[in-house]
Amino acid sequence: MSSSTPSSSAGGVGSADSAAPRRNSKRPKYSKFTQQELPACKPILTPRWVISAFMLVSIVFIPIGVVSLFASRDVVEIIDRYETACVPDGYKNDKVTFIQSNLTKQCNRTLTVKKRMKKPIYVYYQLDNFYQNHRRYVKSRSDSQLKENSSWDDVSSCKPEDTSNGQPIVPCGLIAWSLFNDTYNFSLNDQQLAVNKKGISWKSDRDSKFGKDVFPKNFQNGTLKGGATLNPSIPLSEQEDLIVWMRTAALPTFRKLYGKIEQDLQPNDQIHVTLDNNYNTYSFNGKKKLVLSTTSWLGGKNDFLGIAYLTVGGLCFFLALSFTVVYLVKPRRLGDPSYLSWNRNPGGH
Amino acid sequence: MARGRIRAKLRKSHLYSFCLFRSSGSGGQSIGGPGFSRTVYCNEPQVLNQKPYRSNIISTTKYNFFSFLPKALYEQFHRVANLYFLGCAIASLTPLSPFSPVSMIAPLAFVVGLSMAKEGLEDWRRFMQDREVNSRKVHVHNEEGGFGKKTWEDVRVGDVVKVEKDQFFPADLLLLSSNYEDGICYVETMNLDGETNLKAKKALEATLGLDEDDNFNNFKGIIKCEDPNPSLYTFVGNLEYEGKVYAIDPTQILLRDSKLRNTEFVYGVVIFTGHDSKVMQNSTRSPSKRSRVEKKMDYIIYVLFSVLLVISLISSFGFAVEIKYSMPVWWFMRPQDADEYYSPKKPVISGLSHMVTALMLYGYLIPISLYVSIEVVKVLQATFINQDIQMYDEDTGIPAQARTSNLNEELGQVDTILSDKTGTLTCNQMDFLKCSIAGIPYGVSPSEVELAAAQQMANDQEDQGELKTLVASKKEKAHKSPIKGFNFEDNRLMNGNWLKEPTAARIMLFCQILAVCHTAIPELNEETGNYTYEAESPDEGSFLVAARELGFEFFQRTQSSVFVREKYTASGKPIEREYKILNVLEFTSKRKRMTVIVRDGEGQILLLCKGADSIIFDRLSKDGKLYLEDTTRHLNDYGEAGLRTLALAYRKLEESEYTAWNNEFQKAKTSIGADRDAMLENAADMMERDLFLVGATAVEDKLQKGVPQCIDKLAQAGLKLWVLTGDKMETAINIGFACSLLRQGMKQICITESGSEDKQEVKEDILKQITNGLEMIKQENDPHAAFALIIDGKTLAYALEDDMKLKFLGLAVECASVICCRVSPKQKALVTRLVKQGTGKTTLAIGDGANDVGMIQEADIGVGISGVEGMQAVMASDFSVSQFRFLERLLVVHGHWCYKRIAQMICYFFYKNIAFGLTLFYFEAFTGFSGQSVYDDWYMLLFNVVLTSLPVMSLGVFEQDVSSEVCLEFPAVYQQGPRNLFFDWYRILGWMGNGLLCSLIIFFINIIILYDQAFRAEGQTADLAVLGTTMFTCTVWSLNCQIALTMSHFTWIQHVTIWGSIAAWYIFLLIYGALSPRISGDAYQILVEALAPAPIYWQTTLLATIACTLPYMAHIAYQRCFEPEDHHIIQEIKYYRKDVEDQHMWTRERSKARQKTKIGFTARVDAKIRQVRAKLNKKQ
Repeated sequence: MSSSTPSSSAGGVGSADSAAPRRNSKRPKYSKFTQQELPACKPILTPRWVISAFMLVSIVFIPIGVVSLFASRDVVEIIDRYETACVPDGYKNDKVTFIQSNLTKQCNRTLTVKKRMKKPIYVYYQLDNFYQNHRRYVKSRSDSQLKENSSWDDVSSCKPEDTSNGQPIVPCGLIAWSLFNDTYNFSLNDQQLAVNKKGISWKSDRDSKFGKDVFPKNFQNGTLKGGATLNPSIPLSEQEDLIVWMRTAALPTFRKLYGKIEQDLQPNDQIHVTLDNNYNTYSFNGKKKLVLSTTSWLGGKNDFLGIAYLTVGGLCFFLALSFTVVYLVKPRRLGDPSYLSWNRNPGGH
Repeated sequence: MARGRIRAKLRKSHLYSFCLFRSSGSGGQSIGGPGFSRTVYCNEPQVLNQKPYRSNIISTTKYNFFSFLPKALYEQFHRVANLYFLGCAIASLTPLSPFSPVSMIAPLAFVVGLSMAKEGLEDWRRFMQDREVNSRKVHVHNEEGGFGKKTWEDVRVGDVVKVEKDQFFPADLLLLSSNYEDGICYVETMNLDGETNLKAKKALEATLGLDEDDNFNNFKGIIKCEDPNPSLYTFVGNLEYEGKVYAIDPTQILLRDSKLRNTEFVYGVVIFTGHDSKVMQNSTRSPSKRSRVEKKMDYIIYVLFSVLLVISLISSFGFAVEIKYSMPVWWFMRPQDADEYYSPKKPVISGLSHMVTALMLYGYLIPISLYVSIEVVKVLQATFINQDIQMYDEDTGIPAQARTSNLNEELGQVDTILSDKTGTLTCNQMDFLKCSIAGIPYGVSPSEVELAAAQQMANDQEDQGELKTLVASKKEKAHKSPIKGFNFEDNRLMNGNWLKEPTAARIMLFCQILAVCHTAIPELNEETGNYTYEAESPDEGSFLVAARELGFEFFQRTQSSVFVREKYTASGKPIEREYKILNVLEFTSKRKRMTVIVRDGEGQILLLCKGADSIIFDRLSKDGKLYLEDTTRHLNDYGEAGLRTLALAYRKLEESEYTAWNNEFQKAKTSIGADRDAMLENAADMMERDLFLVGATAVEDKLQKGVPQCIDKLAQAGLKLWVLTGDKMETAINIGFACSLLRQGMKQICITESGSEDKQEVKEDILKQITNGLEMIKQENDPHAAFALIIDGKTLAYALEDDMKLKFLGLAVECASVICCRVSPKQKALVTRLVKQGTGKTTLAIGDGANDVGMIQEADIGVGISGVEGMQAVMASDFSVSQFRFLERLLVVHGHWCYKRIAQMICYFFYKNIAFGLTLFYFEAFTGFSGQSVYDDWYMLLFNVVLTSLPVMSLGVFEQDVSSEVCLEFPAVYQQGPRNLFFDWYRILGWMGNGLLCSLIIFFINIIILYDQAFRAEGQTADLAVLGTTMFTCTVWSLNCQIALTMSHFTWIQHVTIWGSIAAWYIFLLIYGALSPRISGDAYQILVEALAPAPIYWQTTLLATIACTLPYMAHIAYQRCFEPEDHHIIQEIKYYRKDVEDQHMWTRERSKARQKTKIGFTARVDAKIRQVRAKLNKKQ
């Protein structure tokens, strides 16, 4: 009982037949994934959630802040800026000439312990305005040379401090060349205070990055002398001052570990420091500081961390509070349809 | 074959009073001249070796094997961002680079490689499609004298081919002969112009004899004709055959991609092959489209480039200053040994070269992986579209297809839909649905509008039991009729029951008109024993089916007679009646009526006429107006229901009266001269008057499944729908009613051409009409009033002229619906362009035929209807669906999702790169602007590729603000896209600001905490590696927590990607730290030895993460609390299962969640309800 008009759509029966085998292959397969129906959790920031989240943050942050602040307050720190004081009066206006002269650089400083300092007491030197993070400086080293004796001539990245008199320098590069060379000797009540210079560098550096069989060669024997010289008979893995120095600082003001004093210091102890003020920071107006500091579990003196925690915690508490207040004053029933756009301004959008 | 011959004779017979073919006067005057140089040696393709024409191979691919690499690379580096990264990659080989070359080149290679692979894959698909077409088979005359099968690609110019029924023509052919004696054949040109009616082509008289395979052995001829050109309706050329020259006109030309119908076979000579053929000349390369979001993204990229430039300038200025003033005193840098780059003597050169370094260093501001991530995400989104089972059409077996994936998000921003009618909204099938005979309406098949209105009212006012029963009764009866073309149901008429009606005589007359007044040819279907009809138009076919079903079976047509078998007669025996056809006055769009004059068995001469109601009503005699009032009422009802109506009338003629007229008519017919047509017209007019109105028919132009509902939903989602159709105005208006684009009470503004000769006058007239229309809309006070604009193609041609088009557009956007009829493919494209450029909103064009290609290409998004024969529309489209109704899901669900996903994704991308990139800049200030990066090269490399890319991609692929059901239930939510709520500058800048804040927080928290103090109990201070790693850890945590906050839909995939990314960072650190220090440098053992044991490291991470996410968290919490958006509320309703508990509220909100719309089913039902209520009020 079917009739067809000729000009209506083409050959329905025929195409349906040919479509039959194709049909199955083209039919999209049903799976929750392809139909975008995967089970999902759809969390909603309900006021209760928001307030509890803020509360939770403040509950966690404020104690951490307090604890951190206390830890930071426990740290005792003695800072002595000496770069100006250690220049003789006659050279105060021309410090650069002084530092480059052959005059004796020895200098005596006295530090007073204000609070009891428990061992270990870390001795740092702090440099200011020293761009250890400058790209030219950072790149000027050869890690492979430091690691293995066999690649001692791999100095291509060390320019301009790569060779001296045609011989590769070990360790090469600007970083090593400018090694810090002030030295400190401490005495307490005329008693020598031992400074332990072992273990001030990262263990992994000593073990893996600086070779046990790599010895300084041609170091600081060029026309231009940079910083410290190294004992050519000690392998690099034991030259801990170098290893610490080679860890380039991130910022132009930095402290580096000089050693540890493994002895408690009592309040009002007078520590005499005899220092060799060799390192030139005068040409770029850099400060030099000697720092003695204890540490807490947190590290050095770092009030900011505690304060930041307290601030964020307090802010969250405030937010939680204000959300609660606002919510109490002007509550919105969740899922209240009257807030839907078509209910809010019935005249259309 | 024999039957075919008979029919062929019939076609030639005097049945056709007007000449079927008019010779086009354009002879071969210019042949051989410029533009007309083509010479085809028929049946001697080898001669062409001297002058080869293009082969019949078509290729639509963008690349070939050799051009792929250079061309695709060119495409890739066309993007500014990619070009920038290429520059960076090259510069990274110089010492200026702050990074190692691999960290610059690897991501670029990855990104570009991936994009190119995608391009290649798409082109490969096109190639396969071409190959399928090229390898189709056709019969070609070979040298041995027979016809052998050849693939299309081997067909050469001059070949004689034999095309069989329902095959496509492989090239543009000159028709030589067909199985019909007079060389007629019928072609369907749907692929060319979208018209589904068959067109007749006729061979030259001279070549009629060539109608058998053997006749071609000695066939030789030379065709001289025009050069390839895109004009489908013209052809100039001549054929030299057997010493004579014959002019060829377009009626002899069979175009490639049209189809042979109703003809067993034809022979033809190939004239234009491959890309020379008219259809290929017409095809334009589909323009590459970019979505609005992506265009805006470019601006953001430019903004970021400016930022990049600015900070690079600052950097290089700072560097130059440092070099000039500080470098000389930095003895530890050995300034005296410095090369040019660091030399204090040439600070300008240093500054300039540092610019390059800085541009590379801060390159992290520009997300290199953005493009590729977006591309990957879009491909995955497209896969979801392709895989959507709810857009799969079971009937045709075709799923929806995203043919280009770069417009997904555009789907969520559509404002105006421009739709084709035939094949898109309708199936091009007519069903006889209702009729009115002698003032009594018949046919109870439900009209969907009435049904829905009643239903809605019953829901609203539950006490109205009366209406409820109405719904129930209608529902019962609503079952489909299995007969194609016939959906009529009324027991009063069916099965011979009409004999018992008091107006039986009229009913019989009515059926006689249906059965006799036509030009169709019956065909016996041998399987079923039924007759099917080959009619000029589908509605004529449906009349014959209706007549057959009512008992008047038209079963035979001879040269001069029509035979009808009457099944139900008073005597109970079937009778065969013969009607001698005396004259046929054909249907033309101008006459709008058709008349046959017949002599019935009793010798009575009858004039049977059917035509448009307005035309018939003007021609009624005084007595003939008996049923006029009732019929008019019924016709209005039918028209309102979107049915196509015709009025039927008859007139009894006296012998003498007829003879007198016939003489006149014959005289006119045989006259020669320009006024012949006018004379014929006059003669016909004389006879077609004093008619007696019998009744009216209502035929349903069958809509595709779900079209009214889909239009309704789209209207509720705030989309505007324009219908652009090549059909007549009446048909278009009917469909407008059927689709609820028009309704009773809507004010129709019809803009028509006055018909004046003077162009200026016509233009002024149209302008006046437009102005009047605008005035009318302005003065309307009723908020429910809706306007419809209806305009035809000729008028449109004027309205689209530059000086008028904006005015026209102004009127059109004020109207609720716009219908353009009789528009050409070109005009469709022009209208689309006008809407696109005039309103500045996103347009979507949907169509199925080749005539829609222009519009599909022009629109922001082109959607093709697949599943019909011919793929032009689909090939040109960006998306294809097999049914119009899938558009709803494509836009409202996928479009909405994709828009939001992409918008959020891009915002987040910029956020993350700003948050990361700026920390590098701040750090520069602490390194004397030397270009030292705070992070290890490997961290940077992984940042974009691994550590932060997967979560944002999972956001882009899987995020759902609300489920698909909710999208469909609340179409108003779609408006978030067109109003661009998620990618406006406010939001973009907000995210950028968030990124800035985040970078500041991370940087300064880290710098201050790790400043100079020991960061561990063991006294070590932080170095560059420790600071960089800690800072990076904070960044990874912050960015990933941030994206977790922006998501609202967590499947296991999101969890894996987000938390996995964070875990991946630690895993990477472990692995990297375990590698030889020669590779890892200062990062050697960093996590295990230095960082993990230090509480400060973890504290810093926690602090920075919380501090970074805090502002955003507070913002979204505030927003949700006090300025919730729609999807927030709906999420909450769903979360608390309120929709289940309070279903009444849910339904109520659903019904409210629509844009105020004046079109669509619902709007119409509302209007109907208003109407009925008003009536009820009056009664009370």
